[in-house]
Amino acid sequence: MTIKNSYKQLPNEKGYFGSFGGRYVSETLMPLIIEVEKEYIKIKSDKNFKKELNHYMKTYVGRPSPLFFAERITEDLGGPKIYFKRDELNHTGAHKINNCMGQILLAKRMGKKRIIAETGAGQHGVATATVCALFGLPCIVYMGEKDIKRQSPNVFRMKLLGAEIRSVKTGSKSLKDAMNEALRDWVTNVKDTFYIIGTAAGPHPYPAMVRDFQSVIGEEVRQQILDAENRLPDLLMACIGGGSNALGLFHEFLDDKQIEMIAVEAAGHGLDSGEHAASLSGGKPGILHGNKTYLLQSQDGQIDEAHSISAGLDYPGIGPEHSYLFEQKRVQYMSATDKEAIEAFQYCCNLEGIIPALEPSHALAVLKKIAKKYSKDKIVVMNMCGRGDKDIFTIAEELNIKL
Amino acid sequence: MSERIKKIFEARSKKLVTFTTGGDPDLNTSLEILKTIIDNGIDIIEIGMPFSDPMADGPTIQESSVRSLANGTKINDIFEIVMAVRKFNNEIPIILMGYYNSIFNLGIDNFTTKCAKTGIDGLIIVDLQPEEDSELYTKSKEKNIDLIRLITPTTDQKRLNTILNNASGFLYYVTVTGITGQNSANIEDLKKSINTIKTSTKLPIVAGFGIKNRNDVEQISPFTDGVVVGSSIVNIIKENLNDKHKMINKIKTFTKDLKEGMNE
Repeated sequence: MTIKNSYKQLPNEKGYFGSFGGRYVSETLMPLIIEVEKEYIKIKSDKNFKKELNHYMKTYVGRPSPLFFAERITEDLGGPKIYFKRDELNHTGAHKINNCMGQILLAKRMGKKRIIAETGAGQHGVATATVCALFGLPCIVYMGEKDIKRQSPNVFRMKLLGAEIRSVKTGSKSLKDAMNEALRDWVTNVKDTFYIIGTAAGPHPYPAMVRDFQSVIGEEVRQQILDAENRLPDLLMACIGGGSNALGLFHEFLDDKQIEMIAVEAAGHGLDSGEHAASLSGGKPGILHGNKTYLLQSQDGQIDEAHSISAGLDYPGIGPEHSYLFEQKRVQYMSATDKEAIEAFQYCCNLEGIIPALEPSHALAVLKKIAKKYSKDKIVVMNMCGRGDKDIFTIAEELNIKL
Repeated sequence: MSERIKKIFEARSKKLVTFTTGGDPDLNTSLEILKTIIDNGIDIIEIGMPFSDPMADGPTIQESSVRSLANGTKINDIFEIVMAVRKFNNEIPIILMGYYNSIFNLGIDNFTTKCAKTGIDGLIIVDLQPEEDSELYTKSKEKNIDLIRLITPTTDQKRLNTILNNASGFLYYVTVTGITGQNSANIEDLKKSINTIKTSTKLPIVAGFGIKNRNDVEQISPFTDGVVVGSSIVNIIKENLNDKHKMINKIKTFTKDLKEGMNE
C-alpha cells in the first residue's frame, strides 16, 4: 500500500527529493548510470538478490547489530533512556559495509570486473576493499593525501585486503577531491568499472540506493526497540557527513510523524570560524558530484574546503535527501565542534566501555547537551555508526599524548 | 540560434576551435592569449569558466583552473574578458565552457542575460545533460544562445536521439571516454562514429578531447566539421609562467601550425 505524502516514496522517477538530487554528470557516464538504475530497480523486487544479500549480512557482516541500553550514560545525563544501535560492531567496524555488500552484489550482476571507491575516514575504503577481497574483484580506492596521513591504520588495512590506494593531492586533499578523482577514473574506465559510492549522495540512483541498503539499520531498530520497550522511540539521533548512517536509521521511521529526529553536522572549529563541515547550517544549494544539494561554497559558486577533525564528516556537501528533509523540517539539523566531539568520545569510553569513532561522537556530543530537555520516560536511539580504533592517533595528538 | 555560429559554419571549410581557461594565468595575460589566437585565424574560441572541482578535466586543465582562481578570477571577470574581445572582434563565435554550479549559483536568468549582453554565442556545460538542461535551454534559446550538446563514445542510438532533440549550433563529439588532455582516439573508430552520427543530423560536428597537435588536426579534420585543441595550449601557458613574452610567442607558433594543418 502506498501512503499519500509519504517521505518513504521519494525520490521521484528523475531522482528528485523535492528540488534536490537529480543527475549531473558527464555525458559519457549517462548511459552507464541509467543502466545502474535499471538494474537497481530490478534487484529491489528480486527475491534471489535479497536472499543472497541477507545471507552475507547475517553470516559475514554479523547482522543484526545489537541495540544496547546505555545505562550509565542514561543515569549520568539524567534524561531519557538512551540506546545505542551498535553498527560499530559490524565486520570492518562501521555501517559502511551494509552498502558495500549491496553494491558489490549489484556490480557482480552487471558483470563489472573492476571496483573503484572514494574514502574519507577510510571506513568506506576498508569496507569496499573487504567485499572486493571476498568476491575476488580488483579494488582501487581514492583517498585524499591529508586523510591518508590522519587515518593510517585504515590505509594499512586496505592494503592488507589487497586494494590499491591512490593518493589524491589536488584541492583540499580530502574526501571531496577523492570523489572528483574517482569520477575521473570512472569516466575513463566506464565499460568495465563499477563505482561504489560510500554515502547517500551522487547522481541518481545512488542517493536512493545507498539509503535503501543502509535502511536495514532502522528496520532492525524498530523490531529491537519493540522487543525491549514494547513501544517506538521518541527521538532518533545520528551524525552526518554525506548522511548515509542517519538515513539508514531514519528512513524506516520517516512516516512515524511523532518520532523526532536530530542529525548532527560537524562544526569543526565552530560555525562562525569558517572552518567547519556543516553544509546545511552554513551552505546553500548548488551542484556537485552529480547532485543538487546544500554545499559549502563561495559567493561565486566555488566549492569551499570543509574542516572537521573527523575525516568521515570532512565534506562540503550532504546527500540530497537530507537537503529535502532539512527544508521540510522533518529532521532537525544541529552541529557539534571538534572539541565537543573529543569530549563525547572520552565520555563514551569511560562510561560505557565503547570506543566510538569520532563521527558518532558528534551525535553523542549533542545528545549530552540536550538530554536534560527530555523526561525520563522518553526513549532515544542513537546510531553508533563506527568504532574509534581508527581515530586513536588523531585523539592522542589532540590530547598531546605520545604513543 | 546564434548568428555568429550559423555564419561561420556556412563557410564550408573546417573550423579550428581552441580552449583556454579564462583568467589563466591572470586576466590580462588571458586576454592577450585570446588576441594572439584570434589573430592567427582561429575560427571559434572556447573560454573555460574556472571551477574548484572540474571533474571532467585532466591535470592540465585542473591546474589552469587553480591558477585562475588563485588569482581571484570571478565569473564576472569572464564576462569582462568577453567584452574586451568583442571590442576588437565582433564576428568570432565565443563559447563559454564550464560546470553547472557556476551558472546555477548566479541564477540561470541572470547568467544568460549577461551572456547575451556581452556577446556570448554558446555554452558547453560538461555536467549538464538533456535530462536536466530544460531550464537553461529555454533561457538560452530566448536569447539566441546555443546550448551545445555533447556526444560521446558511449552514446547509443536511443540516447543520440534524446541529445539531438533541441540541439543547436553544433555538436561536440568527445572523442574518448575519459577526461581532457589524456588519451587520443583511434582514428578509424572515430571516423566510423562521426559518420554514424552524421546520418542522424545536419548539425556540424566538432571533435574534442585528446587532440594535441598538428598531426592530430590533420588526421581528424577531414571527416569532422572542426576540431578543438585545449590542453596543449594550456600546457604552453604552464611551461612559460615566468616568461610571458615567450608564452605568447609559443602560442603564436603553435596555433599557426595547427591552422596550417587544417588547410592541407
